[in-house]
Amino acid sequence: MTKTLTIDGVTIPFEDGQTIIQAATAAGIYIPHLCHNPEFTPHGSCKLCTVKVNGRNCSACTFPAMDGQAVINNAKDLNADRQKITQMLFVEGNHFCPSCEKTGNCQLQAVAYHLNMLDDHFPLFYPHRELDASHEEILIDHNRCIFCTLCVRASHEQDGKDVFAISGRGINKHLIVNSETGLLKDTDMSASDKAAHICPTGAILIKHTAYQVPIGKRIYDHQQIDQVTLNSESEHDK
Amino acid sequence: MQVFIQDLIKNNGYQATDLLAVLRAVQAQYQHIPKAAIEQIAALLCISRTQVIGVIEFYSFFHLSPRGHYDLLISDSITDHLLGKHQIAAYIEQALQVKLGEVRSDGLVSFDNTSCTGLCDQGPAGLINGYALPHLTPAKIDQIAGLIHQQIPVSAWPADLFAVNDNVYQAGLLLSQAIQHGEALHAGLERGFKETLKELDISGLRGRGGAGFKTATKWQYCAEETADARIVVCNADEGEPGTFKDRVLLTTHAHQVFEGMTLCAAIIGAEQGFLYLRGEYLHLYAPLKAVLAERKQAGLLGNNIINAGFNFDIQICLGAGAYICGEESALIESLEGKMGIPRNRPPYPVTHGYLGKPTVVNNVETYMAAAKIALKGGEWFANVGTDKSKGTKILSICGDCAKPGIYEVDFGTSIQTILHDCGAKDVLGIQIGGPSGTFISNTEFARKIAFEDLATGGSFIIFNNTRNILDIVNNFTHFFAHESCGFCTPCRVGTSLLKNQLDKIVNGHGSAGDVVALEELCQLVKTQSHCGLGQTAANPILTTLARYPELYQAQLKKISYEPGFDLDAALETARQMANRNDAAAHLSQLED
Repeated sequence: MTKTLTIDGVTIPFEDGQTIIQAATAAGIYIPHLCHNPEFTPHGSCKLCTVKVNGRNCSACTFPAMDGQAVINNAKDLNADRQKITQMLFVEGNHFCPSCEKTGNCQLQAVAYHLNMLDDHFPLFYPHRELDASHEEILIDHNRCIFCTLCVRASHEQDGKDVFAISGRGINKHLIVNSETGLLKDTDMSASDKAAHICPTGAILIKHTAYQVPIGKRIYDHQQIDQVTLNSESEHDK
Repeated sequence: MQVFIQDLIKNNGYQATDLLAVLRAVQAQYQHIPKAAIEQIAALLCISRTQVIGVIEFYSFFHLSPRGHYDLLISDSITDHLLGKHQIAAYIEQALQVKLGEVRSDGLVSFDNTSCTGLCDQGPAGLINGYALPHLTPAKIDQIAGLIHQQIPVSAWPADLFAVNDNVYQAGLLLSQAIQHGEALHAGLERGFKETLKELDISGLRGRGGAGFKTATKWQYCAEETADARIVVCNADEGEPGTFKDRVLLTTHAHQVFEGMTLCAAIIGAEQGFLYLRGEYLHLYAPLKAVLAERKQAGLLGNNIINAGFNFDIQICLGAGAYICGEESALIESLEGKMGIPRNRPPYPVTHGYLGKPTVVNNVETYMAAAKIALKGGEWFANVGTDKSKGTKILSICGDCAKPGIYEVDFGTSIQTILHDCGAKDVLGIQIGGPSGTFISNTEFARKIAFEDLATGGSFIIFNNTRNILDIVNNFTHFFAHESCGFCTPCRVGTSLLKNQLDKIVNGHGSAGDVVALEELCQLVKTQSHCGLGQTAANPILTTLARYPELYQAQLKKISYEPGFDLDAALETARQMANRNDAAAHLSQLED
């Protein structure tokens, strides 16, 4: 007997050990997320993937799928909260899409489109954050970091390097780099590392490649993030 | 410094889990963690330098730049505000010639705020190089200024500066009579430890930290896990502002607390235990170590305890200024030498706790109660209290009353009775369970202390009619923004947004929609946050907004829109650069 759960009333199968988001992705159901990537250990911090499981809020990326679970995902109140959480990520940093070279390829921006976010809603923090342009091939723009830790996990789990970490507490959290000087140029990071290509926003960029694909012809200029994500992530899960 | 750190880490056995202890020692010795120390510590403990930096920047008591040789912190808890914190802080600034938040230019003194120090019944309180200074007065500040001027080491300061009182005013089941050392263990052995777990079940004891999970069930789950090692942890990270009962229990009843932990170890089959002591209770560290040594000497800890063939040892680990470490999984992370970030659940600590081993985490008071239940039996405890809340609750009562201190009350006791007992008059309202709990108004004094009505980990702060509710709420809301670990978006950003939005209203810049926006934000932070901190961070606003909506409305301007920022203040930098301060260099806000 295949075990099943329901998401918004639709019955889907799952395998033991899968999380809700893995089961959903395999069944072609998109649950919005930013800090999750099936290639790495789930983190559960962005909270966009929060779903209701038997009436309780759970992170779909960390919560195990269980037989008979009733999951609510695409609901008005959950999507309204997801929109607000996305707005929080925008106001916390300095995200100026029109002048960002990641625009159109940015998952934060694409999730915002998907959730129909039309403004920032909350007052902006305008934090003072630095750039690290020391590395020959890679640029870090801390203004756009959303602390998803994907670069931390990619560097640790796939590159075997531990180039990145998150330091500090609360609103003062920040990305740090593992070198005595604190600069990226003094790490063993290279542009071919997974960590250099995993950032969902424009916080970690490969230099000299900015406008090779013109604005208007980028990923999310033509496609919704749900379709793009389901295509790429279900491919990975297979 | 190299030799100091080398020896320190060698003595700690090169354990990465001891990172906090190592950093505490380096901070105490050098007033900060120098860059070279970070490199050396990382190398010797075989961890990345980023883990070391992460931990330093996470905990309030670690610093990357030097503090003064005399580092004075003053409690910013509302309970200290009630006792004159602002006045004494101003006096300190004068007497020590140092501004709050700064290091004096000669590097001798630094002065800053800290979260509640657990001396709420004897504030305004502070910490000097980590050691508790209760009841600060101008006379004491003069004395301290003299000691600092003469550069007398804190260890040689007069003991009366550090004299912390227990202030126990009401004793019940637990406090009326302590058990004899070893009595509970012998009773457990005689009855059989399995049978003793049944007694614990019959007692109905629920966790005293506030959440109220049934203790016997937790121990049972942990015992049932297949594992080669299990862990017993006592959560003495009593950080909820207004709570100080664990301080008293660990001062006077440490034996019984350790006995409860040892009993737990015997029941679940654990050999390793930890007491996670909040950094603010540094003054208890040495006495507690002495109690452990005494118990080992008496055969109540160590190998073959009470000749029953089981082994168990307890290690004391000090925190370093992080309220979040009171959350059990964050506490476990901290014990492992990491930032105190709550884990994803499941798995729960009973199956995957310290270093992945099944772990029981309980409050100080829970272990103390368990020890006595082992001796007296489950019925003895269950006969007191209510249906759903058995036994007694030890309250830390402070704020506006004649006799602030420790009161052990039967569950089900009414607020009215408690107020009478502690001599509170002209009461405006009470914060029950600390900032994460509930604010009740003076129309609700028939309510009862119980898990099913007013649950509390022990905090009970009384406010009289001269107090301003918005000041109280503001203090609590700032507290949560300061203590949020920053892991999840709703709490990291939400607690800061709450702080800013409430400031806007309290400072008179709010307009029509602002209270509605505040309430919406509260709901979001409450329902979407990762752990208890975020889920309760909006409680001060929500519980007072429900009771005193008119107070919030009265703060609002009578216009439909008010900018979120101060136009005139935004021009300050420009004025300074242009060296102007004439009328034309100022902009008025929107016309009212």
